[in-house]
Amino acid sequence: MKDRLKLVVFLTVIAFIIQATVAFAQSEGETADSVISEQPVTPPPKPVIVSGEDIPNDNGHKLKLNWEYPAEWNDSIVRFEIYRADSPDGDFRRLGEAAGGIFSYLDIGSKKKDDPNYMPNDQNLYYRVDAVSKSGVTVQSEIGGPFQTSGQWFHKGKVPVLIGVVLFAIFTIYFIRSARKGKDLYIRPLAGIEAVDEAIGRATEMGKPILYVLGIGGASDIATIASFTILGRVAKKVAEYQTALTVPCYDPIVMSVAQDVVRSAYLEAGRPDQYSDDLVFFVTNAQFAYVAGINGIMVRDLPATNFYLGYFAAESLILAETGNSIGAIQIAGTDQITQIPFFVVACDYTLIGEELYAASAYLGRDPLLLGALKAEDWGKAIAMVLIIVGVLATAFGWDAFREFLRVNL
Amino acid sequence: MKRRVPLAMVFIVSLFMVIQYFVPLDSLAWMYQYLLDWTIIIGVFALLLGIWSLWHVSYGKIKQRAENWQYSIVTLAGLFIMIISGFIPGWGNLNNYVYEHLFYYVLVPIQATMFSLLAFFISSAAFRAFRARSILASLLLFAGLVIMLRFVPMGPVSTVVADLAGWILRVPNMAAKRAIIIGIGLGAMATAFKIMFGIERSYLGRD
Repeated sequence: MKDRLKLVVFLTVIAFIIQATVAFAQSEGETADSVISEQPVTPPPKPVIVSGEDIPNDNGHKLKLNWEYPAEWNDSIVRFEIYRADSPDGDFRRLGEAAGGIFSYLDIGSKKKDDPNYMPNDQNLYYRVDAVSKSGVTVQSEIGGPFQTSGQWFHKGKVPVLIGVVLFAIFTIYFIRSARKGKDLYIRPLAGIEAVDEAIGRATEMGKPILYVLGIGGASDIATIASFTILGRVAKKVAEYQTALTVPCYDPIVMSVAQDVVRSAYLEAGRPDQYSDDLVFFVTNAQFAYVAGINGIMVRDLPATNFYLGYFAAESLILAETGNSIGAIQIAGTDQITQIPFFVVACDYTLIGEELYAASAYLGRDPLLLGALKAEDWGKAIAMVLIIVGVLATAFGWDAFREFLRVNL
Repeated sequence: MKRRVPLAMVFIVSLFMVIQYFVPLDSLAWMYQYLLDWTIIIGVFALLLGIWSLWHVSYGKIKQRAENWQYSIVTLAGLFIMIISGFIPGWGNLNNYVYEHLFYYVLVPIQATMFSLLAFFISSAAFRAFRARSILASLLLFAGLVIMLRFVPMGPVSTVVADLAGWILRVPNMAAKRAIIIGIGLGAMATAFKIMFGIERSYLGRD
């Protein structure tokens, strides 16, 4: 038993000695390796600036700088730093940086001379790109340049738009001339427009006021401008029928214009004495406070007819449902696609999209306005033809047609 | 003359706006920005007109003891409390305690409350719209149901519903939206022409 124990102890000691020897040898090897790795690091190569492209169709002051760099060093580079100067030996100003693996930089300069980032057009510009490696070594490129930026007189990417505008202008002028000569222009009847007189008549019979909401758009919104026109027609009828009119406004400028429109309509109807600036008044320009104000007017005054014509956002359904709950006849119209379904559901008549813009021509039957409306119809017909041709051209791989119509903003 | 000067101004400014869209020159870009700045300046002055209008209407109601005149007191009180709290000397700026508390703890919750009403109004409007009274209304109901089942919080009920909802949104819905957008674009251009050439002048009044 003792002999066995001695043998085990002996073998353990031998194993310990062998293990210690091997471990010592390994540590010696690692030390040797570490000595080898402390050799000098190879510096990364210099970036090579290959081009500086002026951005087309703009006012200048923009340049796309491109450079090349060996692919095998991509993983070693953290970033490229881009510098610009107005002469090769000038003071290079740091513009920004591009991540490693990206070999271009869009230099957007300022057009203001007193701005440190000023970038003059039609003058030589010089660039330098510094590659910064993971080990912190920075290598400068050779100076690239001279490059120049320039402004253009015409945005070539907008040629299709220009063609469309010119064509549309020709159509408009042609149809206006035709209308002036007395040509009968057929326009499709719109239920919403034809219901305007009926709605005003209803309010008159019931002895209740008419509420006209211009929406939350500014005076420069097309929908608001179209709404001014309809307001003028409605106000004239209202003045003739001697019905009460209420026009709460969201925007002070809209209020000012609307006051002028309503005043003129009352004057035209021969009832200037009935007009008061209090008919058209400012509520607030906070969206939901405006809604609360109008809903309060609806619930208290119980108007017989509500018009919602103009630019509307989330408040559309709150207004229309409140109007619905008080039993008012409601005519709505907006060019905001997301709000159209709400109006369709909650109102009696809805003018969808461009029907709102066309309403003035429908109401006035002025030949000039009808001519413009007819031009719009022809524009739609051309758009439909272009869509069909475009679909066929794309399906058959005729890319030239698609490229011709492409707008590059 | 009273007519011609504004119409001439409208024509010149409209023409400038058309030109600057196609000509990307520094000088035109500067002029464009300058005009936009002026609209902001005019807007600020117009706000005074708005406040005057609100005061005039509300004060008139109080003075005449018109129906529900008490609400006008609340309106004017709200108006003046907010103005005064923003201008009180020594309180520095709009970050003062009273103004901030009125804004964040009175105005914002009230507006959020108004907005939240939308959820209930959507329900009542959907209830009316989705009555299957005709074939078209039944189609609307079906489409609405599919879209709702796609976007319910528990997720799409099945992949068939998800695919069908995706198709409804991508194809018929998108086609209708684009048709309306094209119409709006042409209508906007027609309106712009009418205003530019003085055909549409109702925004000037009708003296």
